[in-house]
Amino acid sequence: MDRRSFLSRSLALGCTAAASPLVTPVAFASGPWENRLVVIILRGGMDGLDVVRPVGDPDFAALRSPATDGEPPFGTGFYAFHPALAPLAPLWADGSFGAVHAVSTPYRDKRSHFDGQDILEAGTGGVNARRTDGWLNRMLHTVPGLSADTAYAIGQEQMLILEGDAATARWSPEARLQISAQARRLLDVVTHDDPLFRSAMDQAVAITDQLKGDAEAIESITENMMGDSMMASVAGGQHTKLVEFAVTRLLSDTRIASFSLNGWDTHQDQHRSMPRVLSNLSDVILMLRAGLGPVWEKTAILCLTEFGRTARQNGTRGTDHGTGGAVLYAGGALRGGQVNGAWPGLQEADLYARRDLMPMGDVRATAGHVMQSLFGFNREIIEGSIFPGLQMADGPGIVL
Amino acid sequence: MVFDPHVAVIRFGMGLSPHHAVPESVNALLEELTGPDHMASAHIIPPFDAAEPSLFTQSVVYRARHQARGTTDFDAAEARVKDMQKETTAAQENNVRATYGRAVDSTFGMRERLVAFWADHFTVVAVGGNRRHLVSAYIEEAIRPHIAGRFEDMLRAVETHPMMLIYLQQVASVGPGSTIGQRRNRGLNENLAREMLELHTLGVGSPYTQQDVRELAEMLAGVTWTAADGQFFDPKRAEPGQETVLGVAYPAEASMETIHTVLRDLAAHPATAQHIARKLAQHFVADQPDPELVAAIAAVYLESQGDLSACYAAMLNHPSAWWPEAQKVRQPFDFIVACTRALGLRGRDLASLTTQDYRRLLFNPLRVMGQSWQNPTGPDGWPDRAEDWIIPQTMAGRVTWAIGAPRRLMDPLPDPREVVHWALGPSADPAVVFAAGAAETRHDGIGVVFASAAFNRR
Repeated sequence: MDRRSFLSRSLALGCTAAASPLVTPVAFASGPWENRLVVIILRGGMDGLDVVRPVGDPDFAALRSPATDGEPPFGTGFYAFHPALAPLAPLWADGSFGAVHAVSTPYRDKRSHFDGQDILEAGTGGVNARRTDGWLNRMLHTVPGLSADTAYAIGQEQMLILEGDAATARWSPEARLQISAQARRLLDVVTHDDPLFRSAMDQAVAITDQLKGDAEAIESITENMMGDSMMASVAGGQHTKLVEFAVTRLLSDTRIASFSLNGWDTHQDQHRSMPRVLSNLSDVILMLRAGLGPVWEKTAILCLTEFGRTARQNGTRGTDHGTGGAVLYAGGALRGGQVNGAWPGLQEADLYARRDLMPMGDVRATAGHVMQSLFGFNREIIEGSIFPGLQMADGPGIVL
Repeated sequence: MVFDPHVAVIRFGMGLSPHHAVPESVNALLEELTGPDHMASAHIIPPFDAAEPSLFTQSVVYRARHQARGTTDFDAAEARVKDMQKETTAAQENNVRATYGRAVDSTFGMRERLVAFWADHFTVVAVGGNRRHLVSAYIEEAIRPHIAGRFEDMLRAVETHPMMLIYLQQVASVGPGSTIGQRRNRGLNENLAREMLELHTLGVGSPYTQQDVRELAEMLAGVTWTAADGQFFDPKRAEPGQETVLGVAYPAEASMETIHTVLRDLAAHPATAQHIARKLAQHFVADQPDPELVAAIAAVYLESQGDLSACYAAMLNHPSAWWPEAQKVRQPFDFIVACTRALGLRGRDLASLTTQDYRRLLFNPLRVMGQSWQNPTGPDGWPDRAEDWIIPQTMAGRVTWAIGAPRRLMDPLPDPREVVHWALGPSADPAVVFAAGAAETRHDGIGVVFASAAFNRR
């Protein structure tokens, strides 16, 4: 799509930068939805068994070193959450944070990060059914007339989950573009015949134009977010900037945002690395809640990873690539305070390939139920177009 | 589709420059690879065994601080740690500038492209501590000397290199049945074994199994490294018993020799030939390379037992390599280098930048364009398709650099109407030639040349 149609579609939906004062965002919302969906890709393979510990399973203790990292902050009795998630205790208590356990994508056996992430983001049935578009994009594609900024991929990396035929927006909070009007016209000339460059250039110009109007609003949102004393690292790390940007978009016309958090590949000394990445994640969730304010009630956050890790701790106080794992979720639009999903058990015969947590459900079904509830997609669309071949069965009861 | 000297430098080298000749033939390109490495001596990057602060120095300095806790010596020990951190930053700056200097000053630049290609294939990321300067040191020691030699030799240098052993956590892996494994209740870490099969040799689509990963990890268990002793084979960590990888049974008594044998077998595997051939063609020629080009390189790889120069010759002598339409996109480092060359700058011009300007013009912009210096997110390195690099936010980074950086690198700027021909060669896109002359200022004119699709593609 060129810049003109990007802008005109935005205009048609009444969302120029000038017309979207962020203080009253809801009144100017675009698209058919008020609800927001944030998909966070946890790259590296989050160890679901360490984050949501099945302490009530008699075989769990033998698989892992005894936990010496403190009292579980919350849980269900059978499950205890990792102590680094303690800042999320109020969300667990008010039902806006929870988990689905023993789930995975259909990816099996090779346990490659890179294939695993591609399959997670493509939402397909496995390596043999590879696609070059992502499931969030296919979801958008089923709804005609959406503006490109309905969905944002945020950060410097490509996000396959939002790639595809539907127009989406991509930006990174650190990108800038200040050019003269004439240079802008000449840039059109020198990128015009190459669709890849033309589209990137047009979007860069359109997005920076739009962001100029938002500068003040961003400042006040940042203040709100930083006022939350529960956050572990208040000073602006990379993830802080991602979330600030996501919040400004979600308070404006954006309904779907996706970005990734790295660092989950805990092969070694997991007791040291896991608290770091989990407190980043809990910061991100708390910042989204503080920044979104009343919109939090209309928001669902799904934290998805390419695979779980070995049930048994490895020889270096870490875990290797596995299969079944957990989905973490948050937001006022979901039913938290619970750990959903069927439990396979942890005896050797219960494990996948006698090694990994056995997946009892498909991650895509969890995402499918959320889309059904948030955006009103029917099952045929989800199982036919968004996740081809998926059998959703009964919903994980995480939707309201 | 025949050899074109300007396409040669743009597609297989570092870009055109008013100071550098273009090659007359494929052989001229190849001779740059097999001849003396002038760039290595013109812009020094200390190899791993000479780079300071070394991991050994660091272990000594950190231990001294640890032992000084609670004593009057602590402040001095702490100051030494701080100094060492500054030395690391300075050493990294030297390495970045030297890498730019080599790329800008090399005649064609194919050697520099290949060093980057293989460094990416065997990605190592500096995680934790003061290791940022040691990635270039690893490349200088384990990659650069082997780029025109045999794949097996590079593989051996890389897989047993301390930086790889640390990055993929081999240093922590212990055979569970070994003396140390039994005594300390330790075991395997599969990371290196898995990436060796998946990324470094056979490739993920090829027929290996979890069992192969496991047995290879068992074989590798004895390979370790310590700051004091360097890299060595420790029989006390080696897993007892025979291992079978890809159907080949290796001797029960593991040693460095058995590791070399399994690496040789992995290098000689037809899946490795296919994987390497495809990566080369994909990196240099097209995101979706011609299968015949890939097959030609793979065949030569097998015939020549992994002679990389022969593989490059196979690629360069194939008609698909000279498809006139540019199908690849310059990655951010190559983009900055190509701009610098097209401006007629030399390595010494970059070397004379202040540290602040070096950060502002050469180091930080890489991140904004999506390629933080030596810091991809995982061991699979950087993505290699045009659509991975040209997205709105990174395009904004390229445009901002193209318009803003050249005037900070040279004053006065050359005439954009000349630069457009230095940059694009004799077949310059008329739209870009027009735009270069139509801009209001020199910096905008040069900026639109460098931001053009024609210049960013190769």
